Amino acid sequence: MNSLLIIVFALVSLATILSVVRIFVGPTISDRAVGLDTATTITTAMIVLFSQIFHRGIFLDVALVYAVLAFLGVIALARYLEGGV
Amino acid sequence: MNVVVSTIVLFVIWVIMTQSFDPQEMSVGLVVAAIISLMAPGVAGPEPRKWLQPKRYIYAFIYIFYFLYAMVKANIDVALRVINPKLPINPGIVKVKTKLKTNAGKLALANSITLTPGTLSVDIKGKYLYIHWIDVKKPDIEGASQEIVRGFERFLEVIFE
Amino acid sequence: MIYKILGEVLIFIGALFLFLAGLGIVRMPDVYNRMQTGTKATTLGAISLIMGVGIYHPQWIFKTGIISLFILLTNPVSSHSLARASHNSGIPLTKGSVLDRYAEDKKKGFKEEENDS
Repeated sequence: MNSLLIIVFALVSLATILSVVRIFVGPTISDRAVGLDTATTITTAMIVLFSQIFHRGIFLDVALVYAVLAFLGVIALARYLEGGV
Repeated sequence: MNVVVSTIVLFVIWVIMTQSFDPQEMSVGLVVAAIISLMAPGVAGPEPRKWLQPKRYIYAFIYIFYFLYAMVKANIDVALRVINPKLPINPGIVKVKTKLKTNAGKLALANSITLTPGTLSVDIKGKYLYIHWIDVKKPDIEGASQEIVRGFERFLEVIFE
Repeated sequence: MIYKILGEVLIFIGALFLFLAGLGIVRMPDVYNRMQTGTKATTLGAISLIMGVGIYHPQWIFKTGIISLFILLTNPVSSHSLARASHNSGIPLTKGSVLDRYAEDKKKGFKEEENDS
């Protein structure tokens, strides 16, 4: 793990922390949902970054499945916000 | 006709996803693609003939580069706004009109609008799209359509219509 | 070796945009403006980072391409549905907003638009 990857990891972690701050602060539930949406995309990128750090291609499949599930989660949340079923 | 075209489309997707030219895997893919398109002939869209016209692919290829350019420009724009301590925004929701008729075309247009300079599509009703614009320059329908939609429509018209 | 440098540059640019997205999420005044930065900057940041990893390890390029294509297709859809849901659940635009045609037309019930399609 070289110094560039450390800087990259620090930046991505900061981004996650900032979006989690938005999830805590709110103020409305839509703000929290937007924070969650951002956090999941950043997490997908982070899992790919893990596969770069550990040189394991298998993590890419994890990232793909995570992206699919996160998308479905956000869509379900949006349906709930709109008052549908 | 429907069945043949959707079999070809699904088979090409299979080869891209598995990334192997092993005859066993390819024959399994062909059988699976044929079964799926027999069971669900609508899988390639309402007019599958469109998949066979090479002009659409050429425009789609050019569109990728146009889109990437617009997207990078959008991101630099947004990044500058975020870094600026004054936060220079002038937001509002405008209404624009599109010429596209197919659902796939409208989906591509809405997605492209969301990913490019300062605009986020909120809803579609018939021919009209409602767009949240971070820096409203032209509030009327014609001006906003000219500003936001035309650039993409030129390509998407050929690709999807 | 040139492709490894290119991959590292792309990874760095992607991380920078992801950080700016996080900053924008915290700084912007209302849901819709947050969504603007949240969608655009994370999409480009994630795609750039993932393709950077793919270029650094050329044997992974297909899989990273599929992941970034998926992000490119689904991210705008989820933010679009969130924006619609927020507007329909009555969250107003921020104070300095110029106009809101969607709310105007929603009051009228979208009759013209549906007849014109």
